[in-house]
Amino acid sequence: MNIILCECGHENPEGTNLCQKCGSPLTLEEKSKKIADMRYEGTAIRSKTYNKSIIDKIWNFFSSVKVGISLIIINLVAASIGTILPQEFYVSVATDAEKEKYYSDVYGWFGEIYYALGLSDLYSSLWFQILVLMLGVSIIIASIDRGIPLHKSLKNQRVKRHTSFMKRQRIYSEGKPSENTDQTLQLAEQTLKNLKYNVRREDDAILAERGRFSRYGAYINHVGLIIFIIAVMLHLVPGFYVDESIWLREGETRAIPGMDGYFLKNDQFILETYDNDPQGEQIKQGINVVAKNYQTDVTLYKQQENAVPGQAEDLEEVKQFNIRVNHPLKHEGYAVYQMDFRLNEIKTMVFDLTLKETEESLGQVSIDLTNPQDEYLLDNGAKVELMGFYPDFSGFKEGVPQTATQTPNNPAFIFKMSTPEKPEGETSFVAIQQTLEPEGNNMYKMKFANVETRHMSGLMVRYDRTIPLLIVGAIIFMVGVVIGSYWNHRRIWIEQLEDGTVRLAAHTNKNWFGMKKDLDVLKKHAHIPQYVDQLESENNEHVETEKDGKTL
Amino acid sequence: MEKKRKRSVTRGIILAILAIAIGYTVYGAVTKDKLEVVKAGAQAPDFEVVDLNGEKHRLKDYEGKGVVLNFWGTWCEPCEREFPAMTRQYSAFANKGVQIIAVNFAQSEFEVKKYVANMGMTFPVAIDKTKSVFTAYSIGPLPTSIFIKPDGTIDRIITGEMSEEKIAQYMESIKPE
Repeated sequence: MNIILCECGHENPEGTNLCQKCGSPLTLEEKSKKIADMRYEGTAIRSKTYNKSIIDKIWNFFSSVKVGISLIIINLVAASIGTILPQEFYVSVATDAEKEKYYSDVYGWFGEIYYALGLSDLYSSLWFQILVLMLGVSIIIASIDRGIPLHKSLKNQRVKRHTSFMKRQRIYSEGKPSENTDQTLQLAEQTLKNLKYNVRREDDAILAERGRFSRYGAYINHVGLIIFIIAVMLHLVPGFYVDESIWLREGETRAIPGMDGYFLKNDQFILETYDNDPQGEQIKQGINVVAKNYQTDVTLYKQQENAVPGQAEDLEEVKQFNIRVNHPLKHEGYAVYQMDFRLNEIKTMVFDLTLKETEESLGQVSIDLTNPQDEYLLDNGAKVELMGFYPDFSGFKEGVPQTATQTPNNPAFIFKMSTPEKPEGETSFVAIQQTLEPEGNNMYKMKFANVETRHMSGLMVRYDRTIPLLIVGAIIFMVGVVIGSYWNHRRIWIEQLEDGTVRLAAHTNKNWFGMKKDLDVLKKHAHIPQYVDQLESENNEHVETEKDGKTL
Repeated sequence: MEKKRKRSVTRGIILAILAIAIGYTVYGAVTKDKLEVVKAGAQAPDFEVVDLNGEKHRLKDYEGKGVVLNFWGTWCEPCEREFPAMTRQYSAFANKGVQIIAVNFAQSEFEVKKYVANMGMTFPVAIDKTKSVFTAYSIGPLPTSIFIKPDGTIDRIITGEMSEEKIAQYMESIKPE
């Protein structure tokens, strides 16, 4: 590593602009400037110091501001592309083929390309994840790379600075105090203390500082961002985040997915609508009824201690609750939300055992589809045996009735009816709008009488232990922004020479107006000569020469 | 030199931590599932079911034996196709310490009893009325078979239909020594 030796004798690392001890300019470029470049206090940015091994190269790549800004732009563009068409997540079809069809049907050739490029599932794509995380890495490394040297140099500030450092500050003044020459420094110290500056004095030099912490605003802000990213990443760690959905029929009790040991019973689903006559927008959009309330009345149960999955007896009631939209059932950090519903699923079917000739009924048989019985006895000695039940009848395969699903969408039954006239029984296959009598012409039939239905609630189970962390991240982020925006780091260096001459230099990272107001107060009380804003006077000169040029 | 080594090590460690964090996140996000708790090599979640004959079966009590846990439904055609093979292999392994337990997806007792009688299934069949064993094992498509070793860890998870040859092979691999 190369070392730059300052004229004061201090050894500075390569890449340093201003001597870390006295503040003298070290590079030719720096020397040629009229006003010192105070970014990062003129220290060597770490990544600029070494550039040898592969680790250093990766480090330097991520620490670069150019790379950081490029990553931000690429992330923004990529994220916005994902909003052009709805993501797959919002398309309620199951298979890939159906998704492909959906995109080409609904959005034409553009949709086809969009799907083919994988943009329809952009946010969970590998490359997008990597982009976001690269930005995170860039934030972390850039902060370490700049924050640590800055902190070190702010901590190790010398009170007495080199003349050339002072002269090259934007605000500078030099001259003899108008009165009380021998008390200038005491007066200055007192005044600055009254102005809430931290004042350090070494011999005949003073360093007064105020609001140094504001320099850390940007880094605090980055810490907040990093915490935010960590919180989002924690979603993937088991135990931190649950997002499950569950369909629950009225009367049904189910284990709650993601919420071990808990069971939920749907007591009732309620859909309420407004009973007004359609008006205004309602008519325009052709909507007859407007929903008022979606509600599921539930009971939450807990398993006994030490119980394992499957042991659903002896459940202990925890609480009853009416879940409405935006009013979830809350328990131990879990929240169960009302999300969806399906109305009128067949629950019970009622048949009349009817004599075909006279339409005379021998009695009713009520079949609970969730718990069909082997046989149903009627008062008058007649008996109906249930030989088969197919909740979602889909046709015959080799003479055997088949069911497509377990849901009673199209229930079918095989009955054996034993009646006084036919004690040996008559067999009949009964489906909706279809009756088959394998033994030929029966005397009796099962005549459909009525049906009882029940509703089904779609609920969502949420658990998010990362929310406090997200909030902490957001607060730290805002604190950083506020600190960096509303406070500024002001510094004043004063030095008195043997002959009574006073040199003053001042620097702030923003709000020069406020800085000058402080200096005016200082000037009045310590009788220091008028300061010059070298940047302003430089600009004025420019303006003047331009004017001169024009008039000439 | 000392300082330089220290710097390289520090940077290397920071970069390595970041790389691991990225790898973990990307893996989790792309495979989309939460990092599964129920997977081959992991401890099988304990459960207890009551079969159609009223007998209780608790996984813990089968320690020292291989257990095949088969999740099924009456409407599921591949389930129907693999049951005869499974029934045959059940008898073949009866004295070798491998148990089969079939867990039905919350259907009515009537349907399940009729089905079992029809298929001539000889191994215990239980109905998971509250779907709590299904939930504990995060079962998706049917059939899913979980092969559990005598020490209670999961040997493999098979989603979809298995041939008789495969069933025999997998049962062999969870047979106690």
